[in-house]
Amino acid sequence: MSEGWCCGRSLALFALVILLPIWIARGFQSDELLQDDEEFGLEGGRPAAGPKPSTNPVRSPIRRRPDLDPPSGSADSNSVQFSLEHNLGGSEFSPAGTFTARLKSWSHGGQTLTKLRFSRNALTEGEKRAFERLLKEDGHYTIRVPSNVLNPSGEDYVISSVRARCIPRESLDEHFVIHTDGVNIIAVNYGSAGACRYPRLLRYPAKWSFTSYTVLKNSEQAPRTPTFAEELLAGEDGLGEGVKPPEKSFWAKYWLYLVPLGFIVMNAMTQAMNMPEEQQVAGQSTSQGQVAQRAPTTTTTTTTTVRRR
Amino acid sequence: MAIRACLGLMILLVFSSTISTALFEDQVGLADWHQKYIGKVKHAIFHTQKTGRKRVVVSTEENVVASLDLRTGDIFWRHVLGKIDRIDQVDITLGKYVVTLSSGGSILRAWNLPDGQMIWESILQVSAPSKSLLHVPANMNVGKDNLILVFGGSSIHALSSTDGQIVWRKELSTNSLEIQQVFQPHDSDIIYALGFIGSSEFVAYYVNYKTGEVLQQSKASFKSGFCGEASLASDDVVVALDASRTYLVSISFRNGVINFQQIYIRDLIPEFSGKATLLPSKYNGILAVDIASSIVLLRVKGVNELEIIEKINYPSAISDALPLSKEQQAFAILQHDESRIHFKVKFDTDLTNEVLKETIQMDGQRGNIEKVFINNYMRTDRTHGFRVLVVMEDHSLLLVQQGEIVWSREDGLASIVDSTTSELPVEKEGVSVAEVEHSLFEWLKGHFLKLKGTLMLASPDEVAAIQAIRLKSFEKNKMTRDHNGFRKLIIVLTRAGKVLALHTGDGRVVWSVLLPVLRKSETCGNPFALNVYQWQVPHHHAMHENPSVLVVGRCGHNFDAPGIFSIVDAYNGKVHNSLVLEHSVRHIMPLPLTDSTEQNLHIVIDDNLHAHLYPKTSDSVKIFLDEMPNIYWYSVEVGKNIIKGYSLEIKGELDMAENVFQPKELWSIVFPSESETIALTATRKMNEIVHTQAKIVADQDVMYKYISTNILFVATVAPKASGEIGSATPEEAWLYAYLIDTVSGRILHRVSHQGAQGPIHAVVSENWVVYHYFNLRAHRHEMSVIEIYDQSREDNKDVWKLVLGKHNLTAPISSYSKPEVTVKSQSYFFTHSVKSLAVTVTAKGITSKQLLIGTIGDQVLALDKRFLDPRRSVNPTQSEKEEGIIPLTDSLPIVPQSYVTHALQVEGLRGIVTTPAKLESTTLVFSYGVDLFFTRIAPSRTYDSLTEDFSYALLLLTIVALVAALLVTWALSEKKELREKWR
Repeated sequence: MSEGWCCGRSLALFALVILLPIWIARGFQSDELLQDDEEFGLEGGRPAAGPKPSTNPVRSPIRRRPDLDPPSGSADSNSVQFSLEHNLGGSEFSPAGTFTARLKSWSHGGQTLTKLRFSRNALTEGEKRAFERLLKEDGHYTIRVPSNVLNPSGEDYVISSVRARCIPRESLDEHFVIHTDGVNIIAVNYGSAGACRYPRLLRYPAKWSFTSYTVLKNSEQAPRTPTFAEELLAGEDGLGEGVKPPEKSFWAKYWLYLVPLGFIVMNAMTQAMNMPEEQQVAGQSTSQGQVAQRAPTTTTTTTTTVRRR
Repeated sequence: MAIRACLGLMILLVFSSTISTALFEDQVGLADWHQKYIGKVKHAIFHTQKTGRKRVVVSTEENVVASLDLRTGDIFWRHVLGKIDRIDQVDITLGKYVVTLSSGGSILRAWNLPDGQMIWESILQVSAPSKSLLHVPANMNVGKDNLILVFGGSSIHALSSTDGQIVWRKELSTNSLEIQQVFQPHDSDIIYALGFIGSSEFVAYYVNYKTGEVLQQSKASFKSGFCGEASLASDDVVVALDASRTYLVSISFRNGVINFQQIYIRDLIPEFSGKATLLPSKYNGILAVDIASSIVLLRVKGVNELEIIEKINYPSAISDALPLSKEQQAFAILQHDESRIHFKVKFDTDLTNEVLKETIQMDGQRGNIEKVFINNYMRTDRTHGFRVLVVMEDHSLLLVQQGEIVWSREDGLASIVDSTTSELPVEKEGVSVAEVEHSLFEWLKGHFLKLKGTLMLASPDEVAAIQAIRLKSFEKNKMTRDHNGFRKLIIVLTRAGKVLALHTGDGRVVWSVLLPVLRKSETCGNPFALNVYQWQVPHHHAMHENPSVLVVGRCGHNFDAPGIFSIVDAYNGKVHNSLVLEHSVRHIMPLPLTDSTEQNLHIVIDDNLHAHLYPKTSDSVKIFLDEMPNIYWYSVEVGKNIIKGYSLEIKGELDMAENVFQPKELWSIVFPSESETIALTATRKMNEIVHTQAKIVADQDVMYKYISTNILFVATVAPKASGEIGSATPEEAWLYAYLIDTVSGRILHRVSHQGAQGPIHAVVSENWVVYHYFNLRAHRHEMSVIEIYDQSREDNKDVWKLVLGKHNLTAPISSYSKPEVTVKSQSYFFTHSVKSLAVTVTAKGITSKQLLIGTIGDQVLALDKRFLDPRRSVNPTQSEKEEGIIPLTDSLPIVPQSYVTHALQVEGLRGIVTTPAKLESTTLVFSYGVDLFFTRIAPSRTYDSLTEDFSYALLLLTIVALVAALLVTWALSEKKELREKWR
């Protein structure tokens, strides 16, 4: 277990986003996870009252299981089996495979399903022909599993369908997401392992066998509403220093004063530089007359421009 | 440059939307209207003393108790008691208090007659809510402390009418006792209470009025049983109906000795067949029996002697008796004769002659008379005058006096079932607009006044004149389409089966029609209205074809009852077509397809889950068959906790005349019934338009919204916590929120809220859902938001891929692909409990959204969606702030200025409907309950138009002033120049 299963709540948040793809991709599975889970359950102080397995944000182990794996642990009293049935366009459902899962009991009485394994039956010739027909007419391939795995009453099934043309790739790639709540299956989402492009083209698989990916999902818990009561109180205590504006740089604070100051300085400098020159000029002629003469010329030029317009 | 301008606009938008969109006082009523109603009247009490003479106190089926002005029909005061607090009876005591008995005889309240203030309230201990009776002794002398008697369950309560204190309480019987009649003989302290125990035993109690002591009690059982109706014929004879409703049983109970006498109704009335009903009445020795075809008045001569006085043919109605003196009573008979109504008043002493006979012309769209209440007044010549308050089949209320309808109230509008909108006709050439438009002089005068107002020069009289001009501007009440799309028709369907079109300008009723198929008939005994849909919206032929709406109903309350269709013209209310379907109606799906005549295709799912296509034309079938492989639907079975998804298929040959398609079950979701029950489902509005899938977030990053029209939001709660708040502890309450794709049945997201419980309200829009519930742990209401984003398009952010054309932006999205979504969610506390949730919609979906929250105070609050952003954080970064993210708070703010309904209340608020205007910034909001309220709001302010009170005159004046100033300065400068040159 390389992933950090240390802190309690982040487990619920992280698992779905980060862990699932890793598991699917690597097919990595470990018993340690279960162990950790159990410890977490004991330490985390789950409310002991009431049978509500659904309340626990349990991240069940999720794994890929290639087919042809013998259903193990059938002798184990803790394991349950339930069958997958499929419908190839007719009205009847027929067995297509078996799920095996470990039943895990919690200290407070709830039970959850973990360690899901799946073995797919090989397609018979008849089924293969039926599947080909489905592919041709772009029909729905439907599967179902019992909603209550402990005592399948034979009435309530969760059903899922996909357009048959979404499944074939190299082999027949299928992807199950089983949403559980305790020992109940709420829904099974069945589909292709990847995208299903819309203009669905007729394509036959190279290999007429299923490659199955299964994911077991429990509900995640909503993030708690943030409460700022303490902070608000703290703010009220120190009224004056409650929120300090961020410190600004010197330039940002005083540019208003610095810019005019700069102008004044520059003005003074140019004046200081002009001063000696003018004093020199002043000796030769009166600057007054020059200025007076220059003024009319400038005005005439401007008026001409106006008239030209 | 354009980008900068765009950015500038965006920033402007963001900033402007933080400013509240409150109204100024003088803007009230410019774009909004509010109408007050009371609902269908059940009881009416006239008051005869002094000032009270001008008023009538009514209680209604919407649980409203109101005091109306008898001269005008206006409401003096009213109180809406709420959905669960049903009013059983209403009366007047001490000449100044209105007494109401409600909630199955368990709450008694007294209201002050002049102003409607509550005087006192008493909660009575009733073993089980049952039929209850209120008895206010009539012969009371004011000043004495009078008792009010309440018979309910199996006990009698006597309350003081001055303060509501319980004076005495008597338990009569522990069995299922139902008191039918209570009366007090004149000037005696003994109350007679008559009733049935179970269905076959008659019982009479003699109770001391002052102490509650049971003086005498007598019982007798009748072997063929009673149906539970009884009418008091005289002081010692009561007439009841037997269990089969074919025999009248007259019961005499003189001195505690009970005698039964059976009379076969057919012996009395030979044409009688079927079942009879006793009309509740209090006449001296007269009995009114309702047999299927007419009302029969019978005189009770003795215990076993009944005599027919008069037969009044249907449709007709008869009022209660009105005591004029000790011996004389008057009652009114109203009888329909096509469009006329004959109104007769008779005295019980002389039944052959009429005191008053009048004929009234009646509008055909009101249906039959349902109830009549009679009242008398003194004429100028000191004789008795009579007027009647009439409740019609469409729930409207009329006052009839001197052969005329003095006033009428369209109170069916208090019980709106569904609504839709329709565009108004296009303005045609040749249609005279001149009469609507003012003359030029008037127009100029108006603008001059406005200008004066803006320049603060107007006198108070002129200010009032300006306000009046603004309020009744002809512009908004025209019957043609406008450029901004503000003028529309709101077409509403009421519980009575009446369809009304309201103009959005001022809320007036443009037309109304009481649908004949939704009226009680022999083929359809108990019809009720379900929904209204848009049937035909002509675009190509908008000039000469009228749009029409489809009204759907059902014959009876069971799902297997046959459905009713009616197609009504949206401009004039003409019924084009109406039919009773051969199949039932369970769901209706308007499809986004139209046939060649622009009729919208609809799929009706019946009780056997067969799908029927409407309209039933070969053209529509052809269009439908092309799209059939892509049509999926789902059904939510609330009781079974199952959601199932289906596609449609054709089994065998398609019958072109019937167009019936079979369902094929594709998926199902089974919620474990021991831990979850479905509390609520919500979907996106079908006509909602999303402007862009991309959402620009901070740091120039892009997120792609998961925009699927097939998202279904489902909320389930723990079965234990499905009751009221407080019925479960936080440990045994939880709430699950699901996002489900309805095509593939995939659960896209599932999240649990511990310690949360209903009532839940939710709204789904674009890629988000907001839901409201109660958090038991925090003892507060909460609102949560879930936003769902598409990850499969994340790669498109790579510019090189875009350049090289390796993006998947144009690829169609399939629900069968494995969804790659991320979900962001957040919860916030919210102070109010909520009655209804809605979201604004605009024409192009560009404008930011506001949530419209119907609060418990019957107001509509607009809350910016940005407050419900899951990406809010405690310290947003600079770039996030620029994006408009508000720092995280634990609760949502309620800004008093952002109440859409400003100071008004929409009593009994049930629904909020939003419709886009043509102007992108604006949404039309229609909220209904007992009251109606309409307004238009602009969530990001009206950035795309000038406001209505924009002063063109001021603009003109400014321009003129500027031009003048320009000329003057030019001349001046010219002069100066010349002077300079000559110098």
